[in-house]
Amino acid sequence: MELFLLAVSTIAIGVLGCVAWFWGSNYVLDSILPPRGPNAGANIRRAGMVRPWLFLGPAILFLGIYLVYPVLNSVWLSLMNASSSRFVGGDNYGWLIGDSKFQESMINNFLWLLVVPALSTLFGLIAAQLTDRIRWGNFGKSLIFMPMAISFVGAGVIWKLIYEYREAGAEQIGLLNAIVQALGGNPQTWLSLQPWNNFFLMIVLVWIQTGFAMVILSAALRGIPEETIEAAVLDGASPWQIFFKIKVPQIMGTIAVVWTTITITVLKVFDIVFVMTNGQWGTQVLANLMYDWMFRGTPDYGRGSAIAIVLMVLVLPIMIWNIRNVRKEMR
Amino acid sequence: MADLKLTDVAKSYGDVNVLRNIDLDITSGEFIVFVGPSGCGKSTLLRMIAGLERITGGTLEIDGQQMNDIPPSQRGIAMVFQSYALYPHMTVRDNMAFALKIAGQSKEQIQQATDRAGKMLQLTPYLDRLPKALSGGQRQRVAIGRAIVRDPKVYLFDEPLSNLDAALRVATRIEIAQLKESMPDRTMIYVTHDQTEAMTLADRIVVLAGGGIAQVGAPLELYERPVNEFVAQFIGSPAMNLLPGRITGTGARTRVRLDAGGECEVAIPTGPEDEGLTVSLGVRPEDMRITDGPALFEGEVDLTEALGEVTLLYFGTGLEADPVIAKLPGIHNKLNHTTVRLTADPEAMHLFHEGNSLLYRDNPPPSAPRRMPEPEGGEDLDEIAKPNPAR
Repeated sequence: MELFLLAVSTIAIGVLGCVAWFWGSNYVLDSILPPRGPNAGANIRRAGMVRPWLFLGPAILFLGIYLVYPVLNSVWLSLMNASSSRFVGGDNYGWLIGDSKFQESMINNFLWLLVVPALSTLFGLIAAQLTDRIRWGNFGKSLIFMPMAISFVGAGVIWKLIYEYREAGAEQIGLLNAIVQALGGNPQTWLSLQPWNNFFLMIVLVWIQTGFAMVILSAALRGIPEETIEAAVLDGASPWQIFFKIKVPQIMGTIAVVWTTITITVLKVFDIVFVMTNGQWGTQVLANLMYDWMFRGTPDYGRGSAIAIVLMVLVLPIMIWNIRNVRKEMR
Repeated sequence: MADLKLTDVAKSYGDVNVLRNIDLDITSGEFIVFVGPSGCGKSTLLRMIAGLERITGGTLEIDGQQMNDIPPSQRGIAMVFQSYALYPHMTVRDNMAFALKIAGQSKEQIQQATDRAGKMLQLTPYLDRLPKALSGGQRQRVAIGRAIVRDPKVYLFDEPLSNLDAALRVATRIEIAQLKESMPDRTMIYVTHDQTEAMTLADRIVVLAGGGIAQVGAPLELYERPVNEFVAQFIGSPAMNLLPGRITGTGARTRVRLDAGGECEVAIPTGPEDEGLTVSLGVRPEDMRITDGPALFEGEVDLTEALGEVTLLYFGTGLEADPVIAKLPGIHNKLNHTTVRLTADPEAMHLFHEGNSLLYRDNPPPSAPRRMPEPEGGEDLDEIAKPNPAR
């Protein structure tokens, strides 16, 4: 109960604080530069230059504290030793290049990068097209979208149970092995089955992200002018040709945005690997590797930060490209 | 060669009937225009011919072959959409070539066809551009070009000019007229709500109202001999004045006493049994002229609009009723707020009883759907409704 009250009052203070800030700061601005009297014109112009900063100010402040400062600090920490007591220059990065676990993580991240965005976008596109055309499409859409509401950790636990292994002949509690056994096959320890276990992990993220891709692409498909499709019908195009030659090219921009957005999620993938294999059996990825060095055993802030910086540098160009695409879409 | 025959065509969405009893014969090479107010079903009818809407009743035949269930691409038609419907991701050339590629034509054939269409529509410099880099008029020409390359038997135009500005609309209208002239054996069906387009382009106009055909006929036929009040008021601008009255004398010419007080003679024959019949006298604003003698209408001018070549006089403006309008050649601003007496030639006036023209009481209009009996005594009709020589 106390916790609940605390939460409610936090929300109230937050909301009221925002209102107070925006109202109060604008009130102060208007009393310093009143939009009336002999200098009304000049005052309105000057106030107009200040006002955006009143609205942006809090956001810039908090983003600065929680985003910009940590980035700079991480760069600094990555140039220090394990306990951040001595400057070691590029040693941590040099170590990274030779480390086999890092190489494995890079390869795995690259695999994730290839497979997950491609499959999620493809399945999302198919689901968007099909659910728009059948009567219970909206129900299907809800089902496909639902995994989006599950946390990555929750999804990891669910799929860990699906891949669960029991001795051959014993009653299988894992869905996949139950099916395999019912079909007369031998149950497998899926999560340590190299190199396929990587793909079994990827399926989890595809399962989650397909809903996201579907929703965005469905909206884009509906945005295509109906006349262009009718024109294609008159031109004699088959449903397949209409889909691939008329519809898909028209939503290429959206597909690119969906693809890159998922790509960024994929590069940062951590929870699923952490919960299901913790990077064992050749499934390590960069984010989990960073966590291992940063917080497991004796923390090594230097190496952990170096991995974090590598991760950031990998995400950055995709991020920039994505933002450009979104802007282009908005125009 | 493409004759179209619509027999008892109907369209309903569930219980809502949008179109019914549409009978229409279109001969090869005709330029047919569907006009009508918004929601009269003219675009729906066009889309049914195209195959984009299912025909829920009756039959559509093209060249004697029933088309109800033939897919759009095999009906030998091409359509130009109001919104152009260009494929935004394809260049002008690819837009025009799409149908040919689907049909599996060779590269050379496609190249030739698109080159020819490009030249014909003055699009050659733009063939490699995307639609978004073109002006509205150019986009419309690409849309037309996309139809031309397929060399269809029937061209369908769905309000192709309504997204263009006024000047471009006139220019493109003329281009379409020239296009039709350059292929006399191709049938064109054109939907518009703009009566200028209808009057200037059509061989025959189909006036649609309330889900049915009000009248079919050559443009001037509709103007001079409208079958009912709706067509009378829809064709011509400003709309025909309708003045309520009563027949007071019958014979080869009919005397009408108007409720407002005026009296006049109309060159439409009536029988003795018509004595006392309530009618609406139809007079076009442009047929009215000022007179010192007996007037059919007398009133104070509430507003004048001088357009240079003509002046519009408005009588009885207000919210309660449609004003009576007179359109006089020349500039007559001075008539504002004066009382004027107006008359018109007996030959230029129309009589309607319960909405229908007395002219066609015994004879259906000459170009009505073929299912109706052929008109008799057509020559007499010509005599009666002689076009006003002043026009």
